[in-house]
Amino acid sequence: MSVLVYVEHAEGKFKKSTFEVVSYAKSVADKLNTGLTAISIGTVAQDELSSLGKYGAAKVLSVSAEKLKSFVNQAYASVIAEAAKKEGANVVVLSNSFTGKGLAPRVAVKLQAGLVAGAVALPETDGGKFSVKNTVFSGKAFAFTQLDSENKVISLNPNSYQVNEGGSAAQVEEFQPATNDSDFKAMVKDIVRASNKVSLPEAEIVVSAGRGLKGPENWGMIEDLANALGAATACSKPVSDAGWRPHEEHVGQTGISVSPNLYIAIGISGAIQHLAGISSSKVIVAINKDPEAPFFKVADYGIVGDAFEIVPKLTEAVKAYKANN
Amino acid sequence: MKVLVCISNVPDTTTKITFTNNNTQFNTAGVQFILNPYDEIALARAIELCEGGKGTVTVINVGEASTEPTIRKALAIGADDAVRINIAPSDSYTVASQIAEYAKDKGFDIILTGRESIDYNGAQVAAMVGELLNIPSVSIIKKLDFDGTTATLDREIEGGKEVISLPTPFIASCAEGVAEPKIPNMRGIMSARTKPLAVVEPVAATALTSISSFETPAPRSAVKMVSADEVAKLVDMLHTEARVI
Repeated sequence: MSVLVYVEHAEGKFKKSTFEVVSYAKSVADKLNTGLTAISIGTVAQDELSSLGKYGAAKVLSVSAEKLKSFVNQAYASVIAEAAKKEGANVVVLSNSFTGKGLAPRVAVKLQAGLVAGAVALPETDGGKFSVKNTVFSGKAFAFTQLDSENKVISLNPNSYQVNEGGSAAQVEEFQPATNDSDFKAMVKDIVRASNKVSLPEAEIVVSAGRGLKGPENWGMIEDLANALGAATACSKPVSDAGWRPHEEHVGQTGISVSPNLYIAIGISGAIQHLAGISSSKVIVAINKDPEAPFFKVADYGIVGDAFEIVPKLTEAVKAYKANN
Repeated sequence: MKVLVCISNVPDTTTKITFTNNNTQFNTAGVQFILNPYDEIALARAIELCEGGKGTVTVINVGEASTEPTIRKALAIGADDAVRINIAPSDSYTVASQIAEYAKDKGFDIILTGRESIDYNGAQVAAMVGELLNIPSVSIIKKLDFDGTTATLDREIEGGKEVISLPTPFIASCAEGVAEPKIPNMRGIMSARTKPLAVVEPVAATALTSISSFETPAPRSAVKMVSADEVAKLVDMLHTEARVI
């Protein structure tokens, strides 16, 4: 018995959500009194791989086969399932990222494993049960999902588990899985990344704006504030529906759910559907000219006033703070 | 071309979520159920792909008879026929098993779902059906083009997109951007009543997960108001008190 964690990378570099998932998997392994192995697929440098030891991986299986360089979930799922069998792992942990969402269910079916998606806490293992808290109803509630199968797959929500350091370098082992041609019908033709943008689901700070901004031409000040804070930008549903901002910025029940350390809502009234998507945020700031806006009922800090006056002032204050700290 | 769209019946987005039986069951009293908003996007794209006699759209739902109004809504929007697998869904795996069992010998070229259902948010069914049918699956797409033989999809990734090309058959889960949801017109609503809705008995499939209890988020503490003239004070509080910057 052991725990296997799949470590996602972007162009050969691991990111914070990967360190979170390794730290989480290490805690799961400790809880089960077993060891943790990581599996990485694609081209990643040796020292980047061994650095995962810092977060608790004793061993890293590295799959660098040319054929598996770009992500094809069907093929990657086969590799992860094969690695789980080889390692005798009955718990597989992944990030509940866009990639993890396409991968975890296929891995689970291959291993005949129950899957809990969107975990936010460590499993509870009292009384021989294995139950994991996860978000349901788009953030309006949590469930305790019991995994009744022998094999188990957990996908962890970004920003839901603390990164723990302290381990030493991991042992890196090359792993050559069997590949099956029928797994490669889908092909990645192109990857387009906005280079200077903070990714919304993983962002620690989110600056979000709504209809109160009056039009897409006014988003400059939102971007300025986001840049000053190193934050991702987001918006409410009416804004993305109107085409003021792209759909991938839409936060809420029918958009993206986020759980940043700080969520700043500007000119958003706070409809129940929007609040569902942000309820796991650690600190919420609402800025709205209407003192009766529902957002103030869930916010930790609030300012009543005109966004067009307050946001530029806030940006200046953040810059002044950053300059002194 | 044959397109299958998997739909689910979910609580309306304005629903206040509560639980009964010592927090073990979702309280459906007074709850209005709707067609899952993401499934509406998948359905709209399926209808567009089949327009002008290019194909037929079948919708499938795993659920008891109470979901039929939602299935009729999908027919009113423009699906040609519908199938209901007559069992209350228990977990994603059992739902995927029922869909895969139905679809395996029907020759569907494209199977679409919403990116996730807004009740349990697993986002699991599409990839599970793909695995069970041993066909490619692409989760969370923003665009779907099909030239008759090859499909080109934009898959969302953190901070960007991946452009994927693949042959049929495949399954994909649709997010905003794939299509605009369609509103049923009067003719659609009238014809929905007479469109075929087949009820199929389920196959045996064992659930691998179960929900033991629910919890609602802890109430947040009262808001601290900062004067609009003291914006710098907010930054200070976020640093010293909240410790988030």
